[in-house]
Amino acid sequence: MANQDKQISIGDVVNRSVEFEEDLKGEIMNINVGPSHPSTHGVLRLKVQLDGEVVTEVEPVVGYLHRGDEKIAENMTYNQFIPYTDRLDYIAPLSNNVAYVLAVEKLAGLEVPPRCQAIRVICCELARISSHLLGVGVYGMDTGALTVFMYTFTERERLYTLFEQLTGARFTTSYTRIGGLTRDLPPGWLGNVINFLNQFEPVIEEIDKLMTRNRIFYDRTVGVGVITPEDAISYGVTGPNLRASGVACDLRKTNPYSGYEKYEFDVPVGSAGDCYDRWLIRMEEIRQSVKIVRQVIDSIPDGPWYAEEARKIYAPPKAKILTSMEELIQNFMLVTEGPQIRPGEVYFEAENPKGALGFYIVSKGGGIPYRLKIRAPSFCNLSILPKLLKGCMVADIPVILGSIDFVLGECDR
Amino acid sequence: MQDEFLKGLLESFDYLEERPSEDWPAVNCLSDRLLGFLKKMRDQHGFDMLSDLTAIDRMEESPRFTVVYHLYSTQEHTFFRIASDCAEADPPAMPSATGLWSGADWHEREAFDMFGIIFTGHPNLKRILMWDDYPYHPLRKDFPLAGKEADLPAADVALTTQEKVRPAPMMGGPFHSKSGGHMSESEPRGSDESWSEKHEKPSSEDM
Repeated sequence: MANQDKQISIGDVVNRSVEFEEDLKGEIMNINVGPSHPSTHGVLRLKVQLDGEVVTEVEPVVGYLHRGDEKIAENMTYNQFIPYTDRLDYIAPLSNNVAYVLAVEKLAGLEVPPRCQAIRVICCELARISSHLLGVGVYGMDTGALTVFMYTFTERERLYTLFEQLTGARFTTSYTRIGGLTRDLPPGWLGNVINFLNQFEPVIEEIDKLMTRNRIFYDRTVGVGVITPEDAISYGVTGPNLRASGVACDLRKTNPYSGYEKYEFDVPVGSAGDCYDRWLIRMEEIRQSVKIVRQVIDSIPDGPWYAEEARKIYAPPKAKILTSMEELIQNFMLVTEGPQIRPGEVYFEAENPKGALGFYIVSKGGGIPYRLKIRAPSFCNLSILPKLLKGCMVADIPVILGSIDFVLGECDR
Repeated sequence: MQDEFLKGLLESFDYLEERPSEDWPAVNCLSDRLLGFLKKMRDQHGFDMLSDLTAIDRMEESPRFTVVYHLYSTQEHTFFRIASDCAEADPPAMPSATGLWSGADWHEREAFDMFGIIFTGHPNLKRILMWDDYPYHPLRKDFPLAGKEADLPAADVALTTQEKVRPAPMMGGPFHSKSGGHMSESEPRGSDESWSEKHEKPSSEDM
């Protein structure tokens, strides 16, 4: 008898679960994530439709940071636009500066000397380290591991000090010029970089120890937010996110620019395309960047750091402007009319920390671009969200967003 | 290598025309044959990624709008540029490439937002960077840099504040230059056509 009583108290389990499921169905809830929400890393807004805890529909809303950068570019000389490129991917302004001037130099048919190229590569790679440090730091935070963020931000602070020594600004660097740089490396700066790298390398391993084999992090990221290689290519996803999906596409290797072909580095490629792979790729890219910076410093050439033959494009040295008539006129023409660029159109993509940053410039001659289109990697990477987030759990949204590592300043332009 | 490839394409398809280019092979394509050609490029020639899609407003020329596609091959690592003129019409139209690349979705929405080009066959053609009810297309050449007066995106806020989106005051602001014209016009200055000493601030009736 006692046994029978027990059975009755359990009830009809199968029936009850069916009732329970039907009860939940049809309760669709719409919630807004953002535009100001800590896990959206900026002003991204997601209109999320939920069925219980499962996401059924997502509509990303972008444009909250739209400043009309392309319109502004059509109304100023090529040099004047350089500071605006700082504000695209403001996590890695140096690499935006480099990508933009490389595009204009390609249009102008300008070659810069090896020393200038080498300095630009150091800039790009330090910017990549800085960007990925932020990427992995906030990614850790999104999965609930606050400590990593403290580690990476301490290192980023050191990088900012280096940027300040180099460019005079921590954040908005505007370091490059068409045909050169604003100034040569300050004395002793390369030594500071080496010192930074020496103390930084053990920190990468520490971050690695904190997170990569962390059981909680592992459980939250493995198999979550899988991007197949076909999807990644179809949506135009680039950068670490594309490589995490197993497509070995790195413009530094495949379409080398600024002398990247001279340096030896590996392109890490993922296999599963999930959030965990995207973490691994970023961590490995930081190590590879360190390797590249060391190689550049070991082999840094002497010589000029601006293209000396670019008379109508690159501003003459300040001391000469003040003492020599010809240079004064040249500088005056540059300021009033802008660098004279031939008519034509070019499209140039550089491998930025977030992906392929492209500039499509149409010139009708003169000092002002007729049309300048910025192909923002974050814009393309975010366009996959409706597909990626569909069917995942609410708690996975911050994890997936963190793993994609985007910047809205660049997405909205 | 690339030249031969381009030559072969130009010979086999009569609706193509070589486009002057400084870097990658480029063609002009008739807009009614565009989708078929894009599909051929994707399936037969390995240009599997749509890297970029944008438009150019050529203002005084006819046809006025050109849509430019940049394709990338993830195997061969080369780019290819395809430009296609929109037939002269208001609004200009172009067939949508969303069926070929999912990524074309947002790019086409942006081109629609900024230039007002209708991409026929696009599943969800609405503004992406500006808000839904915004009445203008800012990257058109006849849109002033300072902007134009428009209603605020939120009706309740507009009602309470009695405010509108107003053109930015350009006087004393950042320096801007104008392309072409006399040198005194093209030098950088803190003014533009919409609001300066010479031209009064435009009232809403003018627009």
